[in-house]
Amino acid sequence: MALVVPGVRPVKRRAVRRWGTFTPLILLAPAMLWLTVFFVVPTFSLASQSLQTGDIDNGFVLTWHFQTYAEALGRYWPQFLRSLIYAGSATVITLLVGYPLAWFIAHRSGRFKTMLLVLVIAPFFTNFLIRTLAWQIILTDTGPVTGFFRATGLIHVLQWLGLVTSDALLYSPFAVISGLAYNFLPFMVLPLYTSLERLDLRYLDAAGDLYANGWNTFWKVIWPLSLPGVVSGTLLTFIPAAGDYINSKLLGNTQTVMIGQVIDAQFLRVLDYPTAAALSFILMATIIVMVGLYVRAAGTEELV
Amino acid sequence: MNWLRKNLVVIIGLLVMAYILIPNLVVVVFSFNKPTGHFNYEWNQFSLDAWLDPCAAPGMCDSLGLSLWIGVVAAAVATVMGTMAAFALGRYRFPGRSSTNLLVFMPMATPEVVMGASLLTLFVSVGLESGTTTILIAHILFTVSFVITTVKARVASLDPALEQAAADLYATPAQAFWKVTFPLVAPGIAAGALLAFALSFDDYIVTNFNAGASTVTFPMFVWGASQRGIPVQIYVIGTVMFVGAVAIVGIAQAIGSRKRKVDA
Repeated sequence: MALVVPGVRPVKRRAVRRWGTFTPLILLAPAMLWLTVFFVVPTFSLASQSLQTGDIDNGFVLTWHFQTYAEALGRYWPQFLRSLIYAGSATVITLLVGYPLAWFIAHRSGRFKTMLLVLVIAPFFTNFLIRTLAWQIILTDTGPVTGFFRATGLIHVLQWLGLVTSDALLYSPFAVISGLAYNFLPFMVLPLYTSLERLDLRYLDAAGDLYANGWNTFWKVIWPLSLPGVVSGTLLTFIPAAGDYINSKLLGNTQTVMIGQVIDAQFLRVLDYPTAAALSFILMATIIVMVGLYVRAAGTEELV
Repeated sequence: MNWLRKNLVVIIGLLVMAYILIPNLVVVVFSFNKPTGHFNYEWNQFSLDAWLDPCAAPGMCDSLGLSLWIGVVAAAVATVMGTMAAFALGRYRFPGRSSTNLLVFMPMATPEVVMGASLLTLFVSVGLESGTTTILIAHILFTVSFVITTVKARVASLDPALEQAAADLYATPAQAFWKVTFPLVAPGIAAGALLAFALSFDDYIVTNFNAGASTVTFPMFVWGASQRGIPVQIYVIGTVMFVGAVAIVGIAQAIGSRKRKVDA
């Protein structure tokens, strides 16, 4: 592999010559080798698995059985669609609540900035599962949150929206979506914070000088400048949420099963590897297509 | 009214902070509960039992030790590999750079369930038995991309003039790197390492695919408990981890800001 280092600035050319032309290759080698062996290769082995037929006792043979895809999709499209809807709703919620929080931390928190950032990340250290179990406690039938929703009649709004089926909050779509939104909120807040913190507040004065009102200042100045954060935040929230099954399993019921739960069961309990692999691939392909369209629409190229 | 408009974002921000922190407070409070049955869902009575005997739940402390060990090893390996790659991506232009960036991004864009499943098919096909080794391989895989992204941002924001200045002052390339560049990138590396540890310690889905029958990490223990009955000790560990993380980062920040003051 020939390595061309265009010397844009003299300093870079000098530094690079000292370091040697092969330096980037050597530096990249371990990580790229790891990613290739344990990510690219398994992806192909998953692809091959999805086109095999057979069973766990007699072994699987590659028969290019594309029908598995059609069968899997025909059977599990409701769970599939549900995953995308739940993950999408959770992403919208995290964006709506994460944006003001990120702005508050970036520009209005003064000397508490670091403390607040730590508190946003700290829940990661209390295990994901423990936090979800805490949601069970919060939404429990006899708890104050359920009481509040019943007393204010909000529960009827949720019923009308189809987010709860009875007068209980726990084990409902509402519980699953709010759990997803809660668990992935830090993934939204941190990129938003990074984008908003860089934003020069003098732009706001400039917008005001040009007679922009509050809404126009936000929509024409702040929002476009924060787009990189919005894009990476929504991706980092939507992607794991679409494949998650912990929330739907701990906070949902049999009517809230998500695709991750199906893949997990097919792989580890039903032991129907081809169907599980096909479902994994459909999920991955859907996400890649959606991300591609989304990134193009948002017009940001540099993702990472 | 004007006051409200001016401070609306602060009020909303604080409310969202509460949304983030209330489940953690619930964990803290319920670590002092004395539950009536197997499940710790309803407040019954104040008790220090779980705190005085945190390892009473059979198998829990072993799983916790295993998770901490896996987290440290995975974070160490991912940080070394990721930092090296971040330097390559952050300061060199070479053919294939954008496809390398894509390769780094892809694991972050893959749902955990897909990653866990595909690793399982690989391990099964080469006959590698599931256990600590396979968990470590998986954890290094999904943390290394996060380390690369975190450190790369820091490397890219470095002013190349600083290394040039070091060279002008007769520093050798190695001296310039270790005395100028590395200390400036170090906070990014520390952040990447911490993130890698947190992601590894927190992971259930990928781990569950690649752990095998006898290896139980802490999240796997919690999952099992959530099906059978939740010992209060789980909430004690949750509390300790939360307070510990806040304390460690808080102390690091305090030292950092004091050092800055001394330097200035």
